Amino acid sequence: MPFLRLLARTLLTLASVSIAGMALAADLPSLVANLTTGSFGDRETAVGALAASGDARAAPILEALAAGQLYIRKSDSVVVIGKPDANRLALTEAISGKPAGQGSEAELDRVRVNNRLRGIIEAAVGSLTLMSPDPRVRRGAADSLLKRPDPAALAALDAAIAAEKDPRIKAVFGEARAAVVLASDSPKPQKLEAIAILRDRGDRDSLSILQGAANSASDADVKAAANAAATSVRQTLAAWEAAQNVWYGISLGSVLLLAAIGLAITFGTMGVINMAHGEMVMLGAYTTFVVQDIIRTSAPHLFDMSLVIALPLAFLVAGGIGIVIERTIIRFLYGRPLETLLATWGLSLVLQQAVRSIFGPSNREVGAPSWMSGFFQVGQITVTYGRLWIVVFALAVFATLILLLRKTPLGLYMRAVTQNRPMASAMGIRTPRVDALTFGLGSGIAGLAGVALSQIDNVSPNLGQGYIIDSFMVVVFGGVGNLFGTLVGATALGIVNKFLEPYAGAVLGKILVLVFIILFIQRRPRGLFALKGRSVE
Amino acid sequence: MKLGSIVRTGLVAAGLLAGAAGSAFAQGAPIKVGILHSLSGTMAISETTLKDVMLMLIEEQNKKGGVLGRKLEAVVVDPASNWPLFAEKARELLQKDKVAAVFGCWTSVSRKSVLPVFEELNGILFYPVQYEGEESSRNVFYTGAAPNQQAIPAVDYLMENEKVQRWVLAGTDYVYPRTTNKILEAYLKQKGVKQEDILINYTPFGHSDWQSIVADIKKFGSAGKKTAVVSTINGDANVPFYKELGNAGIKAKDIPVVAFSVGEEELAGVDTKPLVGHLAAWNYFQSVKNPSNESFIKTWQTFTKNPKRVTNDPMEAHVIGFQMWIEAVKKAGTTDADAVIDALIGIAVPNLSGGYSAMMPNHHITKPVLIGEIQGNGQFDVVWQTSGLVVGDEWSDYLPDSKDLISDWRKPLNCGNFNVATGKCGGKGK
Repeated sequence: MPFLRLLARTLLTLASVSIAGMALAADLPSLVANLTTGSFGDRETAVGALAASGDARAAPILEALAAGQLYIRKSDSVVVIGKPDANRLALTEAISGKPAGQGSEAELDRVRVNNRLRGIIEAAVGSLTLMSPDPRVRRGAADSLLKRPDPAALAALDAAIAAEKDPRIKAVFGEARAAVVLASDSPKPQKLEAIAILRDRGDRDSLSILQGAANSASDADVKAAANAAATSVRQTLAAWEAAQNVWYGISLGSVLLLAAIGLAITFGTMGVINMAHGEMVMLGAYTTFVVQDIIRTSAPHLFDMSLVIALPLAFLVAGGIGIVIERTIIRFLYGRPLETLLATWGLSLVLQQAVRSIFGPSNREVGAPSWMSGFFQVGQITVTYGRLWIVVFALAVFATLILLLRKTPLGLYMRAVTQNRPMASAMGIRTPRVDALTFGLGSGIAGLAGVALSQIDNVSPNLGQGYIIDSFMVVVFGGVGNLFGTLVGATALGIVNKFLEPYAGAVLGKILVLVFIILFIQRRPRGLFALKGRSVE
Repeated sequence: MKLGSIVRTGLVAAGLLAGAAGSAFAQGAPIKVGILHSLSGTMAISETTLKDVMLMLIEEQNKKGGVLGRKLEAVVVDPASNWPLFAEKARELLQKDKVAAVFGCWTSVSRKSVLPVFEELNGILFYPVQYEGEESSRNVFYTGAAPNQQAIPAVDYLMENEKVQRWVLAGTDYVYPRTTNKILEAYLKQKGVKQEDILINYTPFGHSDWQSIVADIKKFGSAGKKTAVVSTINGDANVPFYKELGNAGIKAKDIPVVAFSVGEEELAGVDTKPLVGHLAAWNYFQSVKNPSNESFIKTWQTFTKNPKRVTNDPMEAHVIGFQMWIEAVKKAGTTDADAVIDALIGIAVPNLSGGYSAMMPNHHITKPVLIGEIQGNGQFDVVWQTSGLVVGDEWSDYLPDSKDLISDWRKPLNCGNFNVATGKCGGKGK
């Protein structure tokens, strides 16, 4: 029955055509629906399918998913993208891109993602955004492809390289392409070429790719080439590592300097064994917290300036409390170091518990302003902006202090009183007032240190305790009474510490530094730069 | 009625009332419950919350009429993060205040310090924090996780779901991280991970300069194999560690960090946006959705008068421990230590992750294990959880010294370190 057969065939063809048509029409909504249901494994497939659809609307949906901004509205199960807008979420419908009003977290179900999914999305979005008009997005896309080379992206990359005009981004595209080639089953000459490109890039990412290729390559030549390239990259990195240690040392030194510089005045110049010094640092950090808290609630646009605003306030708060302490406790104890030690230690416990009672025992969040977050590369060294600013700040505080002591009348009085009290008094200097101001200055500088340290450490009542021993160590090592000694001492200890750490570990490294200081003090009891002349007595 | 008779009747009534009040007093003397958590010093940051939770639980129980018809009374002492003082305060609670049970301790060293006191004076201690195991005492009930209820499932998760092949075991230098890392190292090797793929790193308490270690982790992670960090870094050092990770641009999808000591409380002091995707393994998260957890969070936030106050895993452990103790006291009909210790084994109470936790004969409890990813709002999203409950294993099966030991405090065995190989009570360790 040829007629019937023909009819059946026609029907079948029609059916398959209509199914294909339906699949195309239903494409995006069903693909998006697949994103939101099933196990994480199912959704990985759904991400791949959505990315492969090539639909221009896919990229923003995937990006929202990776950022945890994709929601299902509980009332009508529509998939929406929610961007934070004041305290609520500004919603847009994911598929149509139409604005959908506002909503709160309670009305929405967030689509959950995990790390693996986030990585897959990043790679998928990477291949979708290679042609983006924004050069930063293109560069980001190439970077994510480099980290997660996806052989399927090769064609898209080739097209992007052909269209790219910016030579720097073109180079990054080339490197990403090399990573993709190594991950794919391309022919041997191409792989060898890719290995050469990655060797010339010479950073940790390329080392990781090369090492991976060396581990998994089936071809002996490719394996050998990848191994050789990895070794060469490793050698370059090892040379950079020394420079990196120096930078880390300077950075640690700047933290030590900041913590110790106030003590160099109260202990070094005035001779007060001030165990409550760390608590002044802590008060500075809490001042920063309070400032940020007020700014967050009443003037969010000032947030980037919060640290700048906190600096003078922290100086005043810590300095003021320092003056009160000097007037009420320490002035009765001059010349009695043991009693001073006990009194200030007790005071440090009182201050800690007071802060604990007022602010509670848990850590307080101090955010980083945008100009202090992130990092940049110098060669193969990662320099974080936060650390860089702390180094700059420590040096600025140091320079200001030197100027203050050398060039102002107050500095002159301070030096006079600490060097020869009766003579200074005879010249008409009000020594008690100068004592109070000197102690206040030392404490105020500790407060400034607190503002900086709030960026890298916990803001908790225990903040100060972690720095008090290091501060005394730096001042004694550098030479009591000598500010330049404190600078050199802090930097030297920082660098020594950072060179020891990779070999000896953090715990043993610290022990070795302490042993070194003990031996050093045995040889030179007055520290690196001893004060000479009559002021020693 | 004559005046005399009125007076007489009144007197009799008064006498009756007085008698009734007297007997009520004799019966209803409050049961004292000791709370041994540091309220000052370094550990106050974590332990103060647990003190508050206990006060809340006791208040709630008193609203329900207490237990055995008697009210509960909290006796709060402050061991001030000072380990010998923990032992002194424990002795004070047991001898002077005659408390029926003590809820307390955080660090392992504080627990080790009070252990002899509880054994000597036959007290009951509920210990709510995840710990390294290798211990089982007749007088201690461990409601926190043993390593097999936290560390091992977390490693399994990373191996299976994130295909991790290289491991950095980073910890603070004290007994919990050292023992846990020893167990994990043995476990990883048993799973076929090579020595060169494991990097172990210890840092001092309160370590704040993480630059070199973060650089080391980056370096270790660039060997072409997926790398993860298993962190047993202690509470206070975590904030600078995570800040450095965030600043150095190490994203969770490149090198995930799974932590065993970082919960909602610890994250309260950090901006978590750069940390999204890093993991923590616990038996409870505040974000777990079920009615009992929601009502607990609500009660807690009302009690602390702070609508943003977070809850965490050790708090849940105290909730479980407290309910178990109440049930055991009801079952035993007395607060006498021996009777309650025997009654506690086998008690099952609902936990807050949506299930039941039971006290096992080894004085550890059954719990689900949850893996959560840090979110931008300081909370965790649960991405994986064990299908059933996991029984706490006090003596690790992965350490040569303890693999033959078991603990069973039921009669007739009644032994905390029974060696199944030699058939004797009293193996290595305590």
